Amino acid sequence: MTLTRRKVMVMGAGAFVAFGLPLRATAAAEDAIAAFTGGAAIGEGGITLTAPEIAENGNTVPIEVSAPGASQIMVLATGNPTPGVATFAFGALAASQAASTRIRLAGTQDVVAIAKMADGSFVQASSNVKVTIGGCGG
Amino acid sequence: MRDVEGSDMISRRDFLQTSMAASAILGASSFGQWSRVAAQQALTQDQLLQFDTFGNVSLIHITDIHAQLKPIYFREPSINIGVGDNKGQVPHVTGADFRKMYGIDDGSPSHYALSSGDFSALAQAYGRVGGLDRVSTVINAIRADRPDAILLDGGDTWHGSYTCYQTEGQDMVNVMNALKPDAMTFHWEFTLGSERVQEIVEGLPFAALGQNIFDAEWDEPVDIFPPYKFFERGGVNVAVIGQAFPYMPIANPGWMFPEYSFGIRDENMQAMVDEVRAKGAELVVVLSHNGFDVDKKMAGKVTGIDVILSGHTHDALPEPVLVGETIIVASGSNGKFVSRVDLDVRDGRMMGFRHKLIPIFSDVIEPDKAVTEVIDAQRAPYMAELSEVIGQSESLLYRRGNFNGTWDDLICDALISEREADIAMSPGVRWGPSILPGQDITREDIWNVTSMTYGRAYRTEMTGEFIHVILEDVADNLFNPDPYYQQGGDMVRLGGLGYRIDITKPQGSRITDMTLLKTGEALDASKTYQVAGWASVNEGTEGPQIWDVVESHIRKQGTVRVEPNNSVKVIGA
Repeated sequence: MTLTRRKVMVMGAGAFVAFGLPLRATAAAEDAIAAFTGGAAIGEGGITLTAPEIAENGNTVPIEVSAPGASQIMVLATGNPTPGVATFAFGALAASQAASTRIRLAGTQDVVAIAKMADGSFVQASSNVKVTIGGCGG
Repeated sequence: MRDVEGSDMISRRDFLQTSMAASAILGASSFGQWSRVAAQQALTQDQLLQFDTFGNVSLIHITDIHAQLKPIYFREPSINIGVGDNKGQVPHVTGADFRKMYGIDDGSPSHYALSSGDFSALAQAYGRVGGLDRVSTVINAIRADRPDAILLDGGDTWHGSYTCYQTEGQDMVNVMNALKPDAMTFHWEFTLGSERVQEIVEGLPFAALGQNIFDAEWDEPVDIFPPYKFFERGGVNVAVIGQAFPYMPIANPGWMFPEYSFGIRDENMQAMVDEVRAKGAELVVVLSHNGFDVDKKMAGKVTGIDVILSGHTHDALPEPVLVGETIIVASGSNGKFVSRVDLDVRDGRMMGFRHKLIPIFSDVIEPDKAVTEVIDAQRAPYMAELSEVIGQSESLLYRRGNFNGTWDDLICDALISEREADIAMSPGVRWGPSILPGQDITREDIWNVTSMTYGRAYRTEMTGEFIHVILEDVADNLFNPDPYYQQGGDMVRLGGLGYRIDITKPQGSRITDMTLLKTGEALDASKTYQVAGWASVNEGTEGPQIWDVVESHIRKQGTVRVEPNNSVKVIGA
C-alpha cells in the first residue's frame, strides 16, 4: 500500500490520557483525619480495606471496608483535592460493619480507611491504588 | 523419591524439595543434563521426549502461543531486570548467567533454546522452533504415556498473526481444537472484542476459566467464564482454577470489552481454593496469566495451591520455582516449549513431582500430519499475501528485552520516516518472532510483530514534560518493586529519543537526561514535539495501520540494517 502525504499527516486523536505522577497526601486529608479522631492515636488491625492495586478506571474505583465492632468508618482518598469520600455510621443493631462503594481518584495515591471502634479507639488500613496511562501489555 | 508412608516427621515441603533436587541431579527435568549429552551427538525426538512417567497425574502446559502456527525463530531476552525481592532471581537471569545457573553448556541446544548470546549462529545450527503440528506430536507422546493427561492452555492464543487477525481468531480456535485442550484462560483474546470472545467461548469444546473475570457493572462472576473445573484423573480429584491477565482493561483497550472487570483478586482466589478443597480436590492447579513475579507473590499469599502454570511474561524455566509448598512452572512463548509435569498425589496431597520443559526443535520433532493439514487449511486462503517478500534484513531482528530490540528500532525508524515525526513510541510487548541476518522479510513476518486489533499509527503533539510523564508511568509498570503493581510488559520503545533510567528510584525520578537524538539537545519540558506511535489504548485513535507503515518503510529500504542502539542508559540493574 502507498501512504499519501495527506493521510500521513492526519493528526490522531489523543493517544494517551495522562494522570501525572503519584499524588501525595494533601493537608486537607490530614485535617480530615484529625477532625475524625480528635487527634487520638490510630492503631492497626481489625480493619480491612479491599481495593484494586491498579485502577481499571480512575473515575470509578470499587472499594470495600470492613471493621467488625466499629461504630463509624471514614474513607479518604488522600491525594484528591477534596479527600473526603464517605463516613459510614453503624447503629448498635447493624448486622455487620462493612460497606462498599466506588470512588473517583485524581491519580495514583493512598486510599485510607479509619474506623472508630465501640470503645472509642481508632484503627486504620491503607491501600495504594495506582492510576496509570496503561498500554504496552505483554 | 522416598516413601511417604508413616513418615509424619517429613514435611510436604521436604518432599517437594526432594523432587527439586531429584530433578536437578537425576535428570528428570534436567535440561542441563541432557544438553551436555546432546551437545555430543545429534538431537533426537526420543531425547527431547524422554521422561520416566511418574506418580498418577500428568499436566501438559502451553502458553502465550500468540498465533504462531508455524515454526519460527525466537530469541530470548538478554536484559530482563528484576526489582525488589526479585532482583537476581529467575526469570531475571539472562545469557551466560542463566546458563551457569542451570549448568547449560555454551553452544548447546539448551543455550539456543533458553538463553541469549550467539543467537544468529546457533539458529543456523539448530533451526526453527515451535509449530503447533510439532507441539501436537509432543502432546500425543505424553498422552501415549498417560492417556488422561490434562492439557492446559494459558492464553494469548488467539492473537498475533496475519491469519489470526483476518479470521478474528478462528484459525487458532480450529487448530487448538485439534490438540484437544481441557481448559484455557485469557488475555489478548479479549482484544477481539467482547462479542467475538463470547461467540467463540460459547462454542469451545473445553472450559474457559477465570476466577478473576467479573462483570464490570455488578462486580459479580460471569457465567461463561467459571472460576474452576474439576477433572478426575488417575483416581485423583484435580481442580484447575483459571486466572486471566489481571490488568487487561489497563494494558489493553478496555473499551473493546467494557462489560468485564479483572484484577488479581487474591482474596477470591483463596476463596476458590478453599471451595474446591471443601468439595474434595486433592490437587489444586492454577492456570495463570498473571506473569511470573505476580504468581510468585500470589503463591506466598494464597495457601493451598499445589501447582501454578504461569504465563504472560514469556519466561521459559528448565525447573519449577518452589514458593512455600507451591511449584511454579513457566513454559515460554510462541509455541517454543511445552511443559510436562507429572505429579504424585496421595492421601489427598501432592507429595512429589517430576517436570520437563520440552523445547520444540522443529527440525527434530516430526510434525503430526493431521495437524499440519489443519494448519495449512487455515493459511491456504491467504498464502499469496502471507508469502510476499517485502525486503531483506542484514541484521538480526528481535524484540524481547526490557528496552529497545532491533525489530522495535526498525518499527520506530518506520514511524519517524513515514510519519515525519521527531520521536516514535512502540509498545513494550513481549511477542513477535525474530528474523535472522540475510533472511527475507515477508508480509507475514511484519504482521507477526505488529498484528493487533488496535494497530492504528497515531501522530500527535506532545510536550517534553508529557513525554517524561509517559516514560515514568510505563517504567513504574515494569520496575515498581511490588509485583502486584507491574503489568508484565517491557519498557515502551523509543525512536529519536535517548534517556537515562535509574530503576531503583521511585516513579517520577527514574527517567533523566532525555535527549532528542537528531539534534543532540536536551528535551525541553515546555516545547512541543511531533510524536508518532501505535497501539494506543484510547478509542478513536486515527492513522494508518502500523503494518502498512512498516511495510512501506521496508519496501523503500529494500535491505534493512539496524545499527546498534545505545540510546538508553540503564542504572541500578
